[in-house]
Amino acid sequence: MSSDDEKPADDSGAAGHTPGRDDEPTGQPTPASRAGDPDAKPTGGTPKAQDGKGGTPKARDGKAGDPRRTRTAIVIDALTTANTATVTVLAVVLALVVGALVIALSDQQVLDSMQYFFSRPGDTFSAAWQAVSTAYAALFTGSIVDPETLNYAWWGMASWTQVLTPISETLTYAAPLIGTGLAVGLAFRAGMFNIGAQGQAMMGAIGAGLVGFVLPWPPVIGVIAAVLGGLLGGSIWGLIAGWLKAKFGAHEVITTIMLNYIAAPSFVTWLVVQHGIQQPGRNDPISKPVVDNAQLPHLFGSGLRANLAIILVVAAAIGVSWLLRRSTLGFEFRAVGSNPNASRTAGINIDRTYLLVMIFAGALAGLGGAAIVLGNTPNSITPSVVGNIGFDGITVALLGRGKPVGTVLAGLLFGALQAGASQMQVTSQIPLEVSTIIQSLIVIFVAAPALVKAVFRLRAQRVGTIGQNLAKGWNG
Amino acid sequence: MVGPGQAVLSDAVAESVAVHGYWTRSRKAGLVYLLAGVFAAVVFGLATPAHETARFTLSVRSNGAGIDLPARVFAVAFGVVCVLVGAGMLGGYLKRRFGASTAVAVTAFVLSFLCWQIAGHFLPLVGLAQQTLYLAVPLILGSLAGVLGERSGVINVAIEGQLLTGAFCGALFGSIFASAWVGLVAAALGGGLIGAILAVLAIRYLVDQVVLGVVLNVFAMGVTGYLYDRFMQPNSAAYNTPPIFGQLKIPLLADIPVIGPVLFQNTIITYLAIVLVVIVTLALNKTRWGLRTRAVGEHPTAADTLGIRVRLVRYRNVIIGGLIAGVGGAALTIGSVGQFGKDMSAGRGFIALAALIFGRWSPTGALAGALLFGFADALQSYLTSMNSVIPSQFLTMLPYIATILAVAGLVGKVRAPSADGKPYVKS
Repeated sequence: MSSDDEKPADDSGAAGHTPGRDDEPTGQPTPASRAGDPDAKPTGGTPKAQDGKGGTPKARDGKAGDPRRTRTAIVIDALTTANTATVTVLAVVLALVVGALVIALSDQQVLDSMQYFFSRPGDTFSAAWQAVSTAYAALFTGSIVDPETLNYAWWGMASWTQVLTPISETLTYAAPLIGTGLAVGLAFRAGMFNIGAQGQAMMGAIGAGLVGFVLPWPPVIGVIAAVLGGLLGGSIWGLIAGWLKAKFGAHEVITTIMLNYIAAPSFVTWLVVQHGIQQPGRNDPISKPVVDNAQLPHLFGSGLRANLAIILVVAAAIGVSWLLRRSTLGFEFRAVGSNPNASRTAGINIDRTYLLVMIFAGALAGLGGAAIVLGNTPNSITPSVVGNIGFDGITVALLGRGKPVGTVLAGLLFGALQAGASQMQVTSQIPLEVSTIIQSLIVIFVAAPALVKAVFRLRAQRVGTIGQNLAKGWNG
Repeated sequence: MVGPGQAVLSDAVAESVAVHGYWTRSRKAGLVYLLAGVFAAVVFGLATPAHETARFTLSVRSNGAGIDLPARVFAVAFGVVCVLVGAGMLGGYLKRRFGASTAVAVTAFVLSFLCWQIAGHFLPLVGLAQQTLYLAVPLILGSLAGVLGERSGVINVAIEGQLLTGAFCGALFGSIFASAWVGLVAAALGGGLIGAILAVLAIRYLVDQVVLGVVLNVFAMGVTGYLYDRFMQPNSAAYNTPPIFGQLKIPLLADIPVIGPVLFQNTIITYLAIVLVVIVTLALNKTRWGLRTRAVGEHPTAADTLGIRVRLVRYRNVIIGGLIAGVGGAALTIGSVGQFGKDMSAGRGFIALAALIFGRWSPTGALAGALLFGFADALQSYLTSMNSVIPSQFLTMLPYIATILAVAGLVGKVRAPSADGKPYVKS
């Protein structure tokens, strides 16, 4: 570990230090290398995503380790070394660049001006710039803040609600993604690849929706009951996959994806047209709406969509974090994830572990589904109500490297991306799938740190990557 | 399928974990078949109207040669067959013949179900067989792609993405060039492109292969969905109306009764799929390439020592696999309805993966698995068109449930190629 630290320090040649000097004071790793530790270490203390944030704590720690290096040198060093944070940021940059290419090459004006590219190449580039800058400006104003509205609001010509709308949208999109991201990430830690978050979220939406309109609920209790319904619905679907894995050794990648298709479109399409469930007066597959008292309350007044869901999923993330780091059960999960055979020898019942992991994972995905049905209009179950949150959750969990904190941050990022994408659709008629493309590219680049390192010519260091617990194939 | 027996089953299984001696796999399966048979005999038997007949015809229509069975009697009788096989296995008499007994029990159960469903109607066996093969084609080609990659040690979960990309490219380029053949080539290249990305990232950059496959599926979904919304849908006359491959009748052979219309009256892609199964089987077992592929998949270090270029073999196999899966995608558009639709592969890539595991990583086994799932799909669409009493939404679950049952129960202990999923790093 300590020899890893020296390498970048030597390469940077920041200050003329002797190797002997370097060896003597540290012994404890610099944060840059701690951030680079692989996931496989089950005892890993602080989650990486947190570590990697910002250069300040890094600089301070590094300075304590080696007083002779200047602060700037250390920051530059940390930034140009391929640690987890740098690779993640550069992966996002790279994905946005490819996304820009996709947007530019699919723009009609760009395509038109390409017809005469060799006589007037400038036209193509300006059209491409026009297309990409408009689109990415919309991405920003749709997810973070619109400077123009901010300016108006400052002078009292727009309401602050309008200013906060983009952030509220980001939180609304992020909440379900964090739920399904946690579902995939938790299973990752136990060595399972849960690609069934989609179906589990659907069943969660069904559970929450059914509970939500079946009774004229009183306030507060209604919300609690409906959310519990969502957790139950998702966990049942997770339970099936866990049971199939534990008892029959059926690989979860196949069973969970099949359960996805059984849940939606098959099951839900049947369910929502049943008498007593279908919305009266409608012929299309849509259920009755959830009663008002079972809906998640809005956080910042009725003008903004952000609702309690984001608080619930963050609480769930804290719960998962506690579970994994502090509880016996969580220890067993991680142990089974690291090495099932050793765990079995040590007396852990791994069948029970698989079952429990999938129940928990299903409940988390169910929370994601419930967040949509209970939080967003029209508050009804429809076959497409959960959209694509299960598959997006996979990318969230992969970017968050299976850690709860990382998942929350990744969920916020992808939530922002989706909120921005819907603004992009409005202003530039760019299909929503652009966010799917960018998301998957980010994950591909994050999963291949060597590729990012090669593109940006970063110095080598060990980088925490994803799926190391999973590299077992079918026989594992 | 199991219905009321499920609780009993899980108890039995839980017990068997503790006492492995008596509850062998064969006995457990026997118990399941026994209960399923009782369920079939009682429920399907009682649900069947007493005086109706179930007509199985050897054609695509209701007339022609066929067999008329008194529906209720046979619904019960097939259930009893299932019970007997189950009892035999439970008693330990059939433990040497697990595969055959399972086949008989499952077939009897399905026939009992069919007697109930088509009482008063007819089931065109030839039509069903045609439909089965037709629906199995993308699965056959997809699982062949898996065979090629996985026998050389690269897990291919991206079959779904390859099918989708193939379907998209087939429709797009087929429309632009107004030629199904161009579409076919483009489809293969589209699948090959995903295969190439998979190969580079898995072999060169050592990305976890299952994760990579799933993410590539999401990527393919995103790209095809994006381009569909951007170009195809607004201008579907120019970009989404490809010419389709017609049925190619093979002279003489197509006139053989029963077999002829099923096997020798198909689109070019279907023939290609069957021929490829034969080629890959022979190539894997009889050629130098096949030996190398298997060596690399089982023990790359040993293969490397003997001078085989491990990475090269893997690159080649994964990319060829991608090309084949791309053709499978073409079967969904230019080999069938023509038009592309968002996410139209609908999990077929994963069913192909299941067929591959079901077939124990052999091309012929994968073919059998693909036909099984194709049959479930064909049956589903026929029963739906017949206005079965079972809601059509439940019937659409059939292929997916069949897949789960196959992976969970029928396959048993499988062994993938030893180096499957493990990147090879020369030390």
